[in-house]
Amino acid sequence: MSLWLTLAVNSIALGGLLFLLSAGFSLIFGLMRIPNLMHGSFFMLGAYFGVSFLAFGINFWLAALASGAAMAVIGGLIERFLLRRLEGQILPQVLLTLGFAFIIADICLMVWTGDPWQPTTPTHLQGAVQVAGLFFPIFRLVIVGVAVVIAIALWLMVDWTRLGAMIRAGVDDAPIARVVGIKVSQLFTLIFALGAALAAFAGVIGAPYLSVYPGLDFEMLPLALIVVILGGSGSLLGALVGSFLIGFLYNFGQAMFPDLAYVILFLPMLLVLVLRPQGLFGKVVS
Amino acid sequence: MSMKRRTVLKGLAASTAVLAMPAVLRAQAAPFKIGLLTVKTGPLAQGGIQMEQGIATFLKQKNNTLSGRKIEFISADTGGNPAGAKTKAQELVERDKVNVILGPLAAFELLAITDYVRDNATPLISLAAAEDVTQRKANPFIIRPSATSAQCCHVMGDYAAKDLKFKRAITISEDFAFGYEQMSGFLRVFEDNGGKVVKKLWPPLVTPDYTPYIAQISKVDCVFNGFAGSNPVKFMRAYADLGVKAKIPLLAGWTAMDDALLKSLGDEAIGVYSAAWYSADGQTASNKRFVADMQKDYNVLPGGYSAGMYIAGQCVEAAIQKLGGKADDRKALADALHQVTLTDTPRGAIKFDKYGNVIGDVFIRKCEKKDGKLVNTVIKKYPNVSQFWTYDEKAFLAQPVYGRDAPPAKNLEQ
Amino acid sequence: MSWINSRRVAIGVALVLLATLPVWIGNPYYINVSSQILLFAVFALALNVLVGYGGLVSLGHAGLFAMAGYTGALMLDAGHGHFVAILAALVVTLATSAVFGVLALRSTGIGFLMITLALGQIVWGIAYRWAGLTNGDNGVNVTTRPAPLGISLASADYFYYATLVVFLIAVATMAVFVRSPFGAALRGTRDQARRMNALGYNVWLIRFLAFLFSGFWSGVAGLLFIYYNQFISPQVSALTTSAEALLMVISGGTATLLGPIIGSALVVIMKNVVSAYIERWNLVLGVIFVLIISFMPEGLVPGSVRLWRTGWQALWSRLSAPAARKTGEQGP
Repeated sequence: MSLWLTLAVNSIALGGLLFLLSAGFSLIFGLMRIPNLMHGSFFMLGAYFGVSFLAFGINFWLAALASGAAMAVIGGLIERFLLRRLEGQILPQVLLTLGFAFIIADICLMVWTGDPWQPTTPTHLQGAVQVAGLFFPIFRLVIVGVAVVIAIALWLMVDWTRLGAMIRAGVDDAPIARVVGIKVSQLFTLIFALGAALAAFAGVIGAPYLSVYPGLDFEMLPLALIVVILGGSGSLLGALVGSFLIGFLYNFGQAMFPDLAYVILFLPMLLVLVLRPQGLFGKVVS
Repeated sequence: MSMKRRTVLKGLAASTAVLAMPAVLRAQAAPFKIGLLTVKTGPLAQGGIQMEQGIATFLKQKNNTLSGRKIEFISADTGGNPAGAKTKAQELVERDKVNVILGPLAAFELLAITDYVRDNATPLISLAAAEDVTQRKANPFIIRPSATSAQCCHVMGDYAAKDLKFKRAITISEDFAFGYEQMSGFLRVFEDNGGKVVKKLWPPLVTPDYTPYIAQISKVDCVFNGFAGSNPVKFMRAYADLGVKAKIPLLAGWTAMDDALLKSLGDEAIGVYSAAWYSADGQTASNKRFVADMQKDYNVLPGGYSAGMYIAGQCVEAAIQKLGGKADDRKALADALHQVTLTDTPRGAIKFDKYGNVIGDVFIRKCEKKDGKLVNTVIKKYPNVSQFWTYDEKAFLAQPVYGRDAPPAKNLEQ
Repeated sequence: MSWINSRRVAIGVALVLLATLPVWIGNPYYINVSSQILLFAVFALALNVLVGYGGLVSLGHAGLFAMAGYTGALMLDAGHGHFVAILAALVVTLATSAVFGVLALRSTGIGFLMITLALGQIVWGIAYRWAGLTNGDNGVNVTTRPAPLGISLASADYFYYATLVVFLIAVATMAVFVRSPFGAALRGTRDQARRMNALGYNVWLIRFLAFLFSGFWSGVAGLLFIYYNQFISPQVSALTTSAEALLMVISGGTATLLGPIIGSALVVIMKNVVSAYIERWNLVLGVIFVLIISFMPEGLVPGSVRLWRTGWQALWSRLSAPAARKTGEQGP
């Protein structure tokens, strides 16, 4: 009994982290239609930045924000000077983002060596909640809280602000949006920078839980893909539901069907794609 | 890293001196080539970089000269996959014509090239642990001064049952051959001494979160883990965070608590028992030199990956010394490597059995915090441990190689 | 200078160079690297059928490549002869391609990419987990290479020639395919799927057959791979293998015959030869990809042709009429 409860709580915690990871991916993929194969690299590089900031004694949350800001600049530059010229061309986008993934992975290996890093959990968030003999780390619950806050903030931004209205207009019909005076290219740079920042922020938040090591990039990328595919691209609600769904599938799947451990995430993804190619919450796009 | 990829005869003076020598002497003085198969890119780079540091430290101490022979050192990056290991082995053998190969790191890399080194008569000194390479499929060109996967785990099984008096255990390790071989070695000795392994957990090699597995751990005296690479860091943190460590002691194989990994671990590692064939606080003269130089040149506490390659270098030196001018004969070199006995290596005295696997000490350590730093303190030494433990060699080899369900566990509970 | 003639001369020179390669390269290591380039070129050409001509980006072709490799290796391991093993491998790969095709062609674009990715990962999961069959990550050894017409392929030279023959057959088949009505129809489904439908073409069937064709040659490449390495393990079916093949196709230039071959040479040489001299070869490879995209978004081969032509035209325009200058400036 306690096993199931632990798994259920952990499913939510993992879901929160996955949402932080995939919200940015969902924005970039859904709004700009760019298959950003360096999203896992943003996550990893962000986590490494966080490790270095923390080593300087900076506060954990500040480190996460600073890492996000740094990645926003890097992501913005890549979009502005390279990706923008490839609008609508999937293959060159794949090659470019994979090329950067190679570059980032090798730079990380050079700077932070091959050794794994695992920052300690911030002191005020250490320890665990104990209920009826159940033991659950506070930090993971905090991650869920952060994920919910970010989800609400993003939703408010996209649905209720002028900026959000411009973004939606730019995505629905870029030429018309340009005609009415919206600077679509700048908007896209902004979205891309925001997506990169979210990934880096998630990397730092996740570091005490997942640790940071070479190869983390390509462990995270498929997870982001699966969440967005399952939830449907371009839908924040989809990304949120997809994240928690994957959280549950992962936890219960690994515990109940260990023989299917390798395919536990890909089988449902395949089913959804074959039966409902637009994802659970996605709109039908041509 | 400051080391150059190739350390060849340096300087004009040296090369003119060589040219001036008579032909016979020149042939004699041709450098002896050591090729290293390691991993310097991708997820396994951590151990691979340490391997290179280990052999580099040895060659630097020896001033690139072993028993009077100049050494040319060539390092090759396999990328950590079998096809890469094969291609790089070909590069070392066919292009660079090395005298001996050190490495590779991973068992699946070693298995991809064992036939190749035999067919091409090139001696290889392995770090990788794949059991059968020195057992049922022993290869006359391969020796292994590190350990088989189960060599230390047999010892841990004995220690857990006899000294710690644990009765019930759960094993957890990555779902691949190195994990199977480690866990089966532990299970066999632990159960032969009255213990029971009641559950075996096998998370995939790539597991973002170990909670679903740790949540299944309860009602046992100990957990034995065999994680490798960066996985132990993630696993041990989760094990402590979920409150299991406070209740159930954790035991580890050598890769999970390697000394080089300590700097990546936090307080969650305190109190973990591990069985290892190398311990950085070893008191031999060569180990003191080795640890001092590793700290000086790379600012790291060395672990098994570096020590394994340092010892491999010592084996090469001993073999050249024995063969003298005949060290270029690769078959003779392979035979001489099998005969090597050393009294002073960083891990202590070693020799090889007829299958080419090391017989040497294995240490039980307990992780403690001293002066704010984690250290593995040796609490017991098992001298001259063979890959067959105390079992009869013939009977051991008549059994199938250790696997996920071999030997079968008799005491599993739901 | 006639365009057709220069092309024929170039092909002739390339053939002579390829046929005499072991003679002028000499060292067996480099001959082996050449064999690898050719075998991965076959794989990249196979993938290019879908990516380049069909507009269908697959990230699951390692699954097909590995399916052929595993079937072949396991049949040989079970004591069957080379002929039976090769035949079985190709049949199994075709059957797998059919399953992949039926599932993946439920969608196009990103959906197709994701479905193939998931299928490839499932093959990888099976190769890893079903250790009773595949021997898990310990892999399967292939102890002998075949000896067609009594010629042993054990040496680097002979294996190279065998790979070259297969490679040339693959290129010839692809060339015929591209020029055939079927190839034209496939390009039609890429560019104007709805119109093709309206014209009465069965778009799904065309794509499905292209998938089988691509799967078949991926299988051939997979067989070459196991005979070359004499070993197969789950890493062969990993996502990185699929991604690598895709990178070869895109970096060389999609929908060309030469592009995937050049792409294969680029990746194999970086990975195996350059890595011996440059420790940070992954970084260099990444930079090369970014540079290719920056200066030749269409890939190395078409990009070089364009630059060559615009350069030629710019030169020409400077020498002659201003009318020619205009075309020069209109370059993409």
